[in-house]
Amino acid sequence: MTNVNYFKDQFEQLQDSGPATAITELRTDGFDTFNKSGLPTYKLEEWKYTNISSLFDKEYQFANDAQAVQLSDIDAIRLAGYEQANELIFVNGRFIPALSTIRSAASQLIILTLEEALKGEYQELVKTHLGQSSIYLKDGIHALNTSFIQDGLFILIPKGQQLTQPVYIYHIADARQQNTLSQPRSLIFVEENAKLQLTETYTTLGTAESFTNEVLEVVVKENAFVEYYKIQHDGLNASQVGSTHIHQIGRSYVHTVVVSLNGGVIRNNLNLILDAAGNETHLYGLYLLKGKSHVDNHTLVDNKQPNCFSNQLYKGIAGDASTGVFSGRIIVQPDAQKTNAYQSNKNIILSDQATINTKPQLEIFADDVKCSHGCTVGQLDEEAMFYLRARGIPKEAAEVLLLEAYAADILVQIKPEPLRNHIAELIYEHLSIS
Amino acid sequence: MLSIKNIHANIEGKEILKGINLEIKAGEVHAIMGPNGSGKSTLASVLAGREEYEVTEGEVTFLEKDLLELSTEDRAREGLFLAFQYPVEIPGVSTTNFIKAAVNEKRKYQGEEPLDAVAFLKIMKQKMALVEIDQSLLSRSINEGFSGGEKKRNEVFQMAMLEPKLAILDETDSGLDIDALRIVANGINKLRNENRAILLITHYQRLLDYIQPDYVHVLYNGKIVKSGTKELALELEDKGYDFITDEADLAASL
Repeated sequence: MTNVNYFKDQFEQLQDSGPATAITELRTDGFDTFNKSGLPTYKLEEWKYTNISSLFDKEYQFANDAQAVQLSDIDAIRLAGYEQANELIFVNGRFIPALSTIRSAASQLIILTLEEALKGEYQELVKTHLGQSSIYLKDGIHALNTSFIQDGLFILIPKGQQLTQPVYIYHIADARQQNTLSQPRSLIFVEENAKLQLTETYTTLGTAESFTNEVLEVVVKENAFVEYYKIQHDGLNASQVGSTHIHQIGRSYVHTVVVSLNGGVIRNNLNLILDAAGNETHLYGLYLLKGKSHVDNHTLVDNKQPNCFSNQLYKGIAGDASTGVFSGRIIVQPDAQKTNAYQSNKNIILSDQATINTKPQLEIFADDVKCSHGCTVGQLDEEAMFYLRARGIPKEAAEVLLLEAYAADILVQIKPEPLRNHIAELIYEHLSIS
Repeated sequence: MLSIKNIHANIEGKEILKGINLEIKAGEVHAIMGPNGSGKSTLASVLAGREEYEVTEGEVTFLEKDLLELSTEDRAREGLFLAFQYPVEIPGVSTTNFIKAAVNEKRKYQGEEPLDAVAFLKIMKQKMALVEIDQSLLSRSINEGFSGGEKKRNEVFQMAMLEPKLAILDETDSGLDIDALRIVANGINKLRNENRAILLITHYQRLLDYIQPDYVHVLYNGKIVKSGTKELALELEDKGYDFITDEADLAASL
C-alpha cells in the first residue's frame, strides 16, 4: 500500500486541528483499525470478488479546495424533482452549505454538521449512534472513513414530521487536478412518525481518478417511514465503496433502491438491522454493466427481533467485460421468531467476457421462520429476440426493449414519479449507447 | 414476388429441406401441406431468417432481392411477415408500444415519417375491428397470459398493421377451436388482395375451407412432392397423406 505515510500525516494534522471530542476518539479507533487491518484484499471472504487495495496504487489524495466547484457544475447534474427538493452538496466528501439549498422549514428538517451536533442538544444521539456500522463493517476501508470524519452531516427529521420535500444529496468529486479521495460521512435520524425520502447521487469532475469511500448511518424510530434511493452513474474513472447502514430501532418501514449504471469499481454495502419487533424492509437493486465496470452489492439483513419482514430483489445485466457481484446475507437471531425473509438475485449475461458472481447466505438461529433465497444467471431470451426482429425491429433496438422490460420491475420501485422517469431515461440512454 | 430455387437447409447438421422449388406471385394464395416432420415450419423459419438454420444450397429471391443476404429485421421491413406457430410471450413490453415501434421501423426503412400517436391510434382502431381483437389485449405485455386463440388473433392483427407484401402463416390454425378459427380466417381473408401474396402452412385441410388457396403443395421429406389446385387438399382430406407419401417413397426407392 503506497498511501500509508500520507494517511498518517493527514490523520495527525486533522487530530491536532481541534480539541478532543467524541469524534476525535472515534477517529483514533478508526485509524488503529485501519493500521491493523490495512485495505481489504481478496483474502477476506467478504472481498473475494472485488479488489479495492490495488486501486490505491493510484495514490489518491484528499482535496481541500472546494471553491473550485461552482453552482453551474451542479446545474449540470441535478436530478428531476429538484425544484421541490432539499439539495445538499458534498464536495470531495465535505458538506458545502454555500452550494446547498434547504427548502423545508427548520422545524421539519434539522441539518447540522456532526461537529455542531456534538455540541448541542443532539450530542447523546451522535455519541450513541455514530459509528454503529463498525460493529458490522470491520474492515480497513470502513475504518479509513472513520479515521477522517470531518464536515459530515447530522440530519434529523423530528417526531411526526412527514417531510414532503425529498432530500437529494449530490456527492461531487473534483478530479480535475489530481486523483481525489472523498470520504463523506453522515448520520441521519428519523424520529417517531416521521417520513423521509432520500436520494444520493455521485459525480466526478475531470479526468483524473476519484475514489469515494462513503459511510451513511441511518437510525429509524417507531412508525417512521424511509425511502432511500442511490443512483450511481459516474465515469469509468470513478470508483467507490458506499456503505449504508440502516438501523431500525423502532417498528418502522424502510424501502431502498440502488441503481448502478456507470462507474469504475463500485462496492455497495447495504446493512439493514431489524432491531424492533415487526420491522418491515424492502431492498431492490439494479445494475446494468458495460465496458469494464465492476459492481459489487453486499446486502445484510440482520433480524434481531420477532415478526420482521424483509424482501430483496436485485437484478443485473453484465455486458462487455464487466463484472457483477451479489452477496446477500440474512441472519435470523435466536429471538427473531416468525421472521419472514426473502431474497432473490437474477442476472443476465450478454457477453462471453462478462462475469457474474452471486452468493446468497442464510444464517438461521431461530426455529419458526420463513426464509427463501435464490439466484439465477441466464441470457437474453433468443425466441423473444427473434420475434421482435421478425417484426422489423433491429437487433440493437430489440435488445434495448428486452433489457428495459427486464429492468422495469426494479424501476417501478422508485416511487417518486419525476425521479423514476429521470432514471428510466438514464437507463434507456445507457442501454442504447453501445 | 417470391422465388425459391433448390433450397437445402440444415439444423444442427441434419438436413431438413432437400431441394425446394416454389414460385409465388402477387395476389396468389399458396398452401403448403404435409405430414409432421416434413419440413413445413423449417421452410417458414428459413424464409424469416431464423439463425439456427443453415442454408447449404439454393437461392431465394424476394422482390428482386437476394432474401438470404438480408437480416431478419430487413426481411420484415422489405415486407415479409411470419405469423408464428407459437407466438412468444414477452413480459414487460406492451403490445401497443411494440407494434408502434415495428410500424415506425418499417416506415423509417422505407423513407417515411414515423406515425404520431394520433395517426397510429386511428389506424389501430380500424385494424382492430378488422380482425376482431379487443383493446384490452393490446395494452397488456406481448402475448403474456393470452389464450391460444388470442395469440393467433394478435398475429393476424400485427399482419394487418404491418401490411406485408408476403405473409407466411405458420400453422395459424393449430390449437384453435372452430369459432376462433373462423375469426382468424375471416381476418386473413380481409387482408387478401391483388398486391399481397400469402403462404399458408398447415397440417389440416380445415383452414382451407375458410381460406381458399389458388395452389396447394404437398411437402414430404424436405421436398415438394406434389402440387395442384385446391382440389388436391380435398383429395388429401379424403385419402390421407399416405396416397402421396407412398408414391414418393416408391419413386425414391427406384
